[in-house]
Amino acid sequence: MDTTTSKGEPGLRNYLTGFVLALVLTAIPFGLVATGALSRSATLVVIAIAALAQVFVHLRCFLHLSFKDTPRENILAMAFAAVLIFIMVGGSLWIMLDLNARMMI
Amino acid sequence: MFGKLTIDALPLYSWVAMGGATITVGGALLVMLGITYFGRWRYLWVEWLTSVDHKRIGIMYIVLALIMLLRGFVDAIMMRSQQAFALNSDGYLPPDHFDQIFSSHGTIMIFFMAMPFMTGLLNIAVPLQIGTRDVAFPFLNSVSLWLTASGAALVMISLVIGKFSTAGWTGYPPYSGIAYSPDVGVDYWIWALLISGVGSTLAGINFVVTIIKRRAPGMTLMRMPLFTWTALITSVLMVFAFPALTVACAMLGLDRLLGMHFFTNEAGGNLMNYINLFWIWGHPEVYILILPAFGMFSEVVATFSRKRLFGYKSLVYATAAIGLLSFSVWLHHFFTMGSSENVNAVFGIATMIIAVPTGVKIFDWLFTMYRGRIHFHPSMYWTIGFIVTFVIGGASGVLLAIPPVDYLMHNSTFLVAHFHNVIIPGVLFGYLAGFTYWFPKAMGFTLDERWGIRSFWLWLIGFYLAFMPLYVLGFLGMPRRMETYNVAEWQPYLIVAALGAVLVLLGIGCQVMQVIVSVRDWRQRRDLSGDPWDARTMEWMTSSPPPAYNFAVIPTVEGRDAFQDKKEKRIAYRRPERYEDIFMPKSTGVGVILGGLSFVLGFSMVWHIWWLVILCGLAMLAAVIVRCFDDDPDFCIPAAQVEATEAQRLEVMALAEKPLQEAERDPAFATQMLPGRTT
Amino acid sequence: MSDMASAITPREREEAENLEQREFGFWLYLMSDAIIFALLFATYVVMTVGTAGGPSGKDLFSLGHTFAETMTLLCSSITFGMAWLAAKAGRKQQVLMWLMVTFVLGAGFIALEISEFAGMIAVEAGPDRSGFLSAFFALVGTHGLHVSFGLIFILVMSGQIAVRGLNHYSMSRLFRLGLFWHFLDIVWIAIFSIVYLPGLL
Repeated sequence: MDTTTSKGEPGLRNYLTGFVLALVLTAIPFGLVATGALSRSATLVVIAIAALAQVFVHLRCFLHLSFKDTPRENILAMAFAAVLIFIMVGGSLWIMLDLNARMMI
Repeated sequence: MFGKLTIDALPLYSWVAMGGATITVGGALLVMLGITYFGRWRYLWVEWLTSVDHKRIGIMYIVLALIMLLRGFVDAIMMRSQQAFALNSDGYLPPDHFDQIFSSHGTIMIFFMAMPFMTGLLNIAVPLQIGTRDVAFPFLNSVSLWLTASGAALVMISLVIGKFSTAGWTGYPPYSGIAYSPDVGVDYWIWALLISGVGSTLAGINFVVTIIKRRAPGMTLMRMPLFTWTALITSVLMVFAFPALTVACAMLGLDRLLGMHFFTNEAGGNLMNYINLFWIWGHPEVYILILPAFGMFSEVVATFSRKRLFGYKSLVYATAAIGLLSFSVWLHHFFTMGSSENVNAVFGIATMIIAVPTGVKIFDWLFTMYRGRIHFHPSMYWTIGFIVTFVIGGASGVLLAIPPVDYLMHNSTFLVAHFHNVIIPGVLFGYLAGFTYWFPKAMGFTLDERWGIRSFWLWLIGFYLAFMPLYVLGFLGMPRRMETYNVAEWQPYLIVAALGAVLVLLGIGCQVMQVIVSVRDWRQRRDLSGDPWDARTMEWMTSSPPPAYNFAVIPTVEGRDAFQDKKEKRIAYRRPERYEDIFMPKSTGVGVILGGLSFVLGFSMVWHIWWLVILCGLAMLAAVIVRCFDDDPDFCIPAAQVEATEAQRLEVMALAEKPLQEAERDPAFATQMLPGRTT
Repeated sequence: MSDMASAITPREREEAENLEQREFGFWLYLMSDAIIFALLFATYVVMTVGTAGGPSGKDLFSLGHTFAETMTLLCSSITFGMAWLAAKAGRKQQVLMWLMVTFVLGAGFIALEISEFAGMIAVEAGPDRSGFLSAFFALVGTHGLHVSFGLIFILVMSGQIAVRGLNHYSMSRLFRLGLFWHFLDIVWIAIFSIVYLPGLL
């Protein structure tokens, strides 16, 4: 649980910073899709990076996750979940797209 | 008004089905009549159904598991007898029946026998082993139990109203989709799994938090008993694997109910995705089942070799490795379904790698026994039977891990032999060893050993007779799940297999006798000291059964094998300076009510009784919200009462020294702490 | 929480530990939920080819509509943050006010989503039209279902805080609600990044 902020300013600043960053990181990919400024693959890359960045903003500024204050077991659980998601999603995509290719879908 | 439900749902079309329905209904009625006759409804409600005590919940889980073991085994005997005689004949089971039976056999054994048995043993032993008063979420513990029971009830009621799935315990679409299985069977299966799956996920969360956060002071992770370690890894697997089953079943349900196209042949469906999702759950599931069994073997082997467990660290690392690797091998369940060579190869290699840590464990157990003073308790028999037999099954698994070999053996009886060869000696023998080992702790008296050993031999020989022929049959080309066949060469093997099943039936009979005889003689078999095996871990420090609060004072741990450590330092039964008031969570009916509502919800979903679905859904939500307003209800056990209980305990322990006849005349016996008393 | 550290009696310490355990347990539940969503995403990606001659994302998604949904949910995350700050400062009325705003924004999100779904169903692009649409509705619909439960959670929390005030139990529960609410916003980031934006390209 969050123990750093007591009242007022620091907590509020955290949220407002996060809000502004999230807005920017939302505007960029939406803007790119709206205007079609970059190529399709470049746009996809920017979307991905902006999304990951925004996820980190949310984790840091809204969920107050930090290596210092968050209990170690919570971080371990999240890390383990991340590893498993990588294996499950990556594995599923590899398997299913491989099958699709072999079935010429 | 009643959706699709009509009088036709009753199994009047077949004498076999009527038999099953009659036994189910009859059995239930008999139990209810018995409870009424003995006037125990109030007792049952107050002391058991509404209990949030992990020890009681554990016992109820195991009762459920043992009942479902009988039901699942009846399925097995029916299949074996059918196959023994079905050469060029239809036997006595028409195909539709046979299909329901193999489907319910697998479903019941995995979900409603093995999972509850495991969760029950976890419940009984883990909090005691780590020196805490209860699990982290006692109410959620009750909810998990009743959700599991609700799933089991859905499978049982399919015997009476409607039919069960014919799509196997794995329910592959498109066969399990609405086009090819339009009747209610698959729906029963889906809802039984969805409901009990939530229960299992919650149980997993409960035990992870319990083990991480509620250990006694001084018990670092590397001082935990091995069983607790395996319980931890298993619980982590439960939390992370069950979501995949939920997704797979829910999508299949949506296909069937709302005409969606996740897994249909047409309109862009992709049936392989079901298989992918199902086995993402399915492989970790088998490790969820076996890791606690390995933990139980570790405890039993150390206790009955009178020796410290060999290679504790390697056992912990092996368990953790197995836990992580279990998420990386799932494709080996569908090597033959069309993936390219690289995909198959990677998963095949991963499958072979995962066999290694288990091999390490086998050696650790063998080295524990080496130069120990072995006491041949029935648990030890189960353990040694496991070590010998499981290795064969494991080896056949490594064989199947080679994709080209699997192309020949997939879905043959070789596969059936393999997985029974790891599940029965691994999971079932392990749980039976744990059951025998911890029975006195839970119930207050030991199990008869002679009947236990008899049942072991019958199980072991029966197992070999039932399943070794199946390896041969696999090589001879026999597929699994066959209701009839025309290859005369197969029949002798199937007859031997049926004989094996009969021996197992006798083994189960011996187990029933064991319980009857032990209950009959419970006074003489009483565990007065709380430590009948002179064991090494802290659950044996309490009385048998322990008081509601487990430990009057939370113990401090100074080493591995905490109880043994205390015995050596002569501080195991030291009287504390003072006793404190103890606050324990109150019993509540909300858990059993939620379970009951989930059963009605599942049943109405199956039969499309929509108004009832909505009603139950709202009622369940209301129950949860009401519970939310009940912040941590608990009751106080005053320090004086704790002191009195502990004093009585020490008196009874002293009685363990007296000769039996004298002890029986002692009035202290009348007020002895037994399950069913809260003081 | 800093005031927990000053709890002296064993009973208070036990209470504090119990609440910590609930927070960890809830976190684990969120991790299991993350797996569910991850698999729904994987299914969606695999089934983008399964349009079966029917409409694809390009035909159905609307950038403006998605942007509105995104802003609504993001703002609701901020307003929940404001509620949490007010709770830490012990200002009960402010908490209730901010929770109400969060509820309105969340309900707005659900309304936008329902109108989107209804629109799709009206042009024969419902979940039973194709595998792609089944996957879309399952993924986005599951998220919407979670948000709906979150709305109920907000109402219950408001009721509890109104009646019982900001005691330790309410604070712990509010914290867990915050975990839930922010988690759903994170899932939404993934949804617009994997489903809507690539679908519109």
